[in-house]
Amino acid sequence: MSEHLITPEAVGAPTAHCASCPIYNSAQLVKLGIDITGYDYVVALAGNPNTGKSTVFNALTGLRQHTGNWSGKTVSRAEGGFRFRERRYKLLDLPGTYSLLSTSTDEEVARDFILFGRPDVTVVVVDATRLERNLNLALQVLAITERVVVALNLVDEARRHGIEVDARSLTRDLGVPVVPMAARRGEGVPELLAAVADVASGAYPTRPRRLPLRDPEIERAVAALTPQIEAAFPGLPNARWVALRLLDGDESIARAVADGTLGAAVAPPPLPVAA
Amino acid sequence: MTLADLPLGARAQVLALGGAGAERRRLLDLGILPGTVISVESRSPLGDPTAYRVRDTVIALRREQAARITVRSEI
Repeated sequence: MSEHLITPEAVGAPTAHCASCPIYNSAQLVKLGIDITGYDYVVALAGNPNTGKSTVFNALTGLRQHTGNWSGKTVSRAEGGFRFRERRYKLLDLPGTYSLLSTSTDEEVARDFILFGRPDVTVVVVDATRLERNLNLALQVLAITERVVVALNLVDEARRHGIEVDARSLTRDLGVPVVPMAARRGEGVPELLAAVADVASGAYPTRPRRLPLRDPEIERAVAALTPQIEAAFPGLPNARWVALRLLDGDESIARAVADGTLGAAVAPPPLPVAA
Repeated sequence: MTLADLPLGARAQVLALGGAGAERRRLLDLGILPGTVISVESRSPLGDPTAYRVRDTVIALRREQAARITVRSEI
């Protein structure tokens, strides 16, 4: 017999290599359906309409009969749960929007949750066949929060159209993990889970791409306003974005500043990570 | 000329975007920015609204919206 006999003891403990192995990672996923009790992290799902957002939601939670109802005033949130690497996650499906800046109820719901709900991770699902259009929303989310994972969905369809997206370069350009997926077929789900877990725990330090302002006058105004917002709301992670919204005449943000609800967007101290 | 002046099948490049506030923001979010190429896809029977192809997606704009988009005809 060989000296290097593989015993259950020898393969029992996951090694560092396991963390990057898709087979190991998908085996770690426990779909919890609507059971969202006692979660460690909150994950929000954002994306343009028709990007397969709900398919990603179902792939992670195991839910099937998921239909979003976001229209009008009676807005109900679609939520589900899953467990991955000994952590429980609550997943929220936000309404599909092209933007977070316009005035529709859907966009306000999505924007307010990302801003005030302080999700530990926001997954932006983008359509690989219409990347240019989809990156508008991704950049808007990156302006609010740095805890982002981009799910580059529908890569199978893109491939059929002769489109190959360079996810590595996109990761570098956006400063957050970009995970190629074909959620319909379950492709990329393990990699998405690993990226979400790493961003949630802080193991993956993101460096979100923030667009420069091309107008020096606006830049001066933002520079003057940002410290005042930071002074009024210490710990606010996106004071610069708030300053921009105020300068743009965003009434709902102006209200949130005036009545103090913006304080809800101040992040609490991070959870201690158990060994 | 504006987007509203284009005949069916024409292509044009956006030069400037009029309007203000949420209405202007909406057009930007739909991917209509200076430099964007837009083609006229189809027109409803009454001549309004018109369907335009913008960045591989067809969107419908009312005449008054299209009239706020200054374009340079490409063909």
